[in-house]
Amino acid sequence: MAMPLTIALQGDTEIVVTREFDAPRELVWDCWTVPALIRRWLAGPPGWEMTTCEFDARVGGKWRFVAKGPGGMEMGHGGVIKVFDRPERMVSTEIYDWDWTGGETINTNEFAELAGGRSRSTLTITYSSKEARDGARATPMAEGMEMGFQKLDALLKERAAER
Amino acid sequence: MVMEMATPEQLDLTFAALADQTRRAILARLAEGELSVNELAEPFEMSQPAISKHIKVLENAGLVSRSKDAQRRPVKMEAQPMSEAIAWLEQYRKVWEQTYARLDTLLAELKAMTPSPDKKKN
Repeated sequence: MAMPLTIALQGDTEIVVTREFDAPRELVWDCWTVPALIRRWLAGPPGWEMTTCEFDARVGGKWRFVAKGPGGMEMGHGGVIKVFDRPERMVSTEIYDWDWTGGETINTNEFAELAGGRSRSTLTITYSSKEARDGARATPMAEGMEMGFQKLDALLKERAAER
Repeated sequence: MVMEMATPEQLDLTFAALADQTRRAILARLAEGELSVNELAEPFEMSQPAISKHIKVLENAGLVSRSKDAQRRPVKMEAQPMSEAIAWLEQYRKVWEQTYARLDTLLAELKAMTPSPDKKKN
């Protein structure tokens, strides 16, 4: 059964993606940080394949992923690991080869332990400016709005129920 | 990524128009059917000109239209830009949902492989 995913805007520059997992946080942490595991799930949308997966798992270490998509299109991104505090908190920078995020983002992923061997990942993506967050809109990571996604979701659900 | 998407400029207009509580409340009421500006103004503690201003913003974003003929000129919700905004949000959401669903699969596999030593107090 899929766990609910929430996506919300925070302040002027952040997007927060929250999700629970039916696994202890150590295991989730490893899936984010061990290249052989990263390749298995973080490749990108269906039809994309990860051709490069480097992750030097330590503070100051570099990471780089390249994915190859339909028609041989390549998308690369990478950055530097700033905080590496297994299994609780990881902070890293990220920039895409085609810089559609308006400069580097800082990604903070916090893993909380929950009862019953479960855990929660809270991923906060911080853009370099409000303009960068609101302007990064040519891709699925797009932004460009002033309200939380959840609020709009609620409104739309209401509307659907009224129909 | 085969979904037909609105242009970024259209989405900006749509989301800017949606980024206001009163305008969302107006849309929620219009989802039930057409209403005149007077009827729309009623439940809000706002002057009719203030409501008209909000309607203008919604109109510019293509979210509502006003019929030209009748003198009450009822306001009507336009579904298309709303659908595009929803499609766009769904797209963003879907990327994360698909990605994390793959992680779920991997985690289940890893759990099956690794009998954890400190099992399990529930």
